[in-house]
Amino acid sequence: MRTKRVKLLILAGVLLAGMVQAQDAMVILEKVDRNMSSDNRVMESSMTVHGKRSSRTITSRSWGEGTKKAFTEYLSPASEKGTKMLKLEGQLWIYSPSTDRVIQISGHMLRQPVMGSDLSYEDMMDDRKLSDVYTAKVSGEENVGDRRAWVMELTAKVTDIAYYRQKLWVDQERFIPLKQDLYARGGQLLKRTEMGDVRQVQGRWFPFTVLYKDMLKQGGGTEFKVTTIRFNDKIPDYIFTKAALKQ
Amino acid sequence: MPILVVTLGVMLTVFLHAYVVGFMGDTIEMNARFNNGHVKLMTRAYAANMDQSPNDLALLGVDSLMAHLNREYPGIAWSPRIRFGGLVDAPDENGETKAQGTALGMGIDLLTPGTPEPLRLNLEKSLVRGHMPQQNGEVLLSETFSQKLKVSPGDQVTLIGSTMEGGMAMVNFIVAGTLSFGVEIMDRGTILADLTDVQSALQMPDGASEINGYFHSGFYDDEQATSLAATFNDALKENPDEFAPLLMPLRQQGGMGTYVTMIDTWSGYISLVFILAMSLVLWNAGLLGGLRRYGEVGVRLAMGEEKTHVYGTMIVESVFIGLVGSVIGTALGLAFSWILQEYGINISGMMKGASVMFPDKIRARITPQDFYLGFIPGLFSTVLGTLLSGVGIFKRQTARLFKELEA
Repeated sequence: MRTKRVKLLILAGVLLAGMVQAQDAMVILEKVDRNMSSDNRVMESSMTVHGKRSSRTITSRSWGEGTKKAFTEYLSPASEKGTKMLKLEGQLWIYSPSTDRVIQISGHMLRQPVMGSDLSYEDMMDDRKLSDVYTAKVSGEENVGDRRAWVMELTAKVTDIAYYRQKLWVDQERFIPLKQDLYARGGQLLKRTEMGDVRQVQGRWFPFTVLYKDMLKQGGGTEFKVTTIRFNDKIPDYIFTKAALKQ
Repeated sequence: MPILVVTLGVMLTVFLHAYVVGFMGDTIEMNARFNNGHVKLMTRAYAANMDQSPNDLALLGVDSLMAHLNREYPGIAWSPRIRFGGLVDAPDENGETKAQGTALGMGIDLLTPGTPEPLRLNLEKSLVRGHMPQQNGEVLLSETFSQKLKVSPGDQVTLIGSTMEGGMAMVNFIVAGTLSFGVEIMDRGTILADLTDVQSALQMPDGASEINGYFHSGFYDDEQATSLAATFNDALKENPDEFAPLLMPLRQQGGMGTYVTMIDTWSGYISLVFILAMSLVLWNAGLLGGLRRYGEVGVRLAMGEEKTHVYGTMIVESVFIGLVGSVIGTALGLAFSWILQEYGINISGMMKGASVMFPDKIRARITPQDFYLGFIPGLFSTVLGTLLSGVGIFKRQTARLFKELEA
């Protein structure tokens, strides 16, 4: 009778520890979301794509509101200047000045790279908070560079997601992802990102450089650098309209 | 008469062998014309991933490469091409998307006067609606694709693809005509444009995914292609550049090696069966010829001619008949084969409609074997028949010859 009671206590302890750990993991993820997501943001950035033959840099200005609205205008090089993209409620439109047409991108084209980079349109479209789409557990601790990080295993809890599983290294002090491995449902590593140049902006930590690497593609990856970023600015409503694409 | 029989048999053997080889090889030729070339020049990096058509690894400096190839390999017609994928979008009257679909595209030389590409791909005969592109900015779509996009010749479509550097390419084109390819995957979504238009759209100035080489004979010669590629690649083996050109024969591209071997083997089997059948016929003719001359041989023996001499002269005769029949038969067989090779039999009337991927003509193909193949039934079988039938001469007894002759 006494042995049975001990066994039950151990089992309850194990279950409780698991629940606490899962809860802790979700708390960490929510803290990450608080740093990475915002009600709105205005950003200027450069994206350097390191191809097999050469590298090229594309600069852009973008506006984002919540997770469902985004507008990007490409500023350089000349071949991309004037190209604009609008994301509204999971739909994506592109305007190219050379054709003077606004075209909706859908289907398999969403998996194509944006401007030849290691990011797909799908990657660019999905701004949802990690805690909204993944369940998490902490699987250990590691150093990433000189920063101590939680190693977290994320598994999708929604079906409409590009990466079923993620391995995430989260800075223990600043709650910023330092490294991210993105996997397909079958277990294949699809993409890897490494964040750096973490700075404090308007009371939150934010990585100013991200190196994206499509693991299925040759080349040296894509280096994304934030030039300026402002959170919670007032963005005029007309920005997120199709009419703004042709302006 | 015996010479005529041998001539006919040999002529049929040569002609049918050339026909079988030509007919079986047609599939290889269709693949060569549309996709593989008899040989294909690419960069080494492109060749390693050629199934994905990675245009960021494409050939550059195509004009100077073409000049070099035309100078060094005058026996081959070289054609640069660009393969690409993308989205084709058709606008409505307000410029909004009416319909769109994913497309496989190819940039080929459609506009240079005298370009062999439209004829090589049988494009004009495969036109369903409209006309061939006559100026830059005009494209051809597969008919099924045009119906899906709800566009007709004269309508505008926008191609959305990737530039050579991976940037976004968006270009407007006018649909000049629509084509039937006869293969579902191609009818579902294919766009053909002039090479210069695609170079401009994908920002590949003086670039091409590949340069296909075609032997002037119009037929794939595996030995020649393999040896040519080996020589070309050997000359560059010290060059470590992954963008150095690499020449690949059709056999080494995708699953074509197995296919070439299979077609060689099957055309060999079919020809062998026919040669054996024709050999039996001519052997039998030789045998019957010997037996028919039973009386003549008896008279000659009765007149005192030696058995060995009679046997010998019969063999010499059959060698002469076999040789003359084989030479004339081979010449006639080659002549008919040549006519079928050059002009072909037009079978487009038997088909519902012409298409890019199916030949509208059946053609023979003369190979080196056709020059000696007819001698197997023509000479050897005829002589063998005579040799066997003549053995009877030695079994005949002089004492009974007069009785036989009286009878």
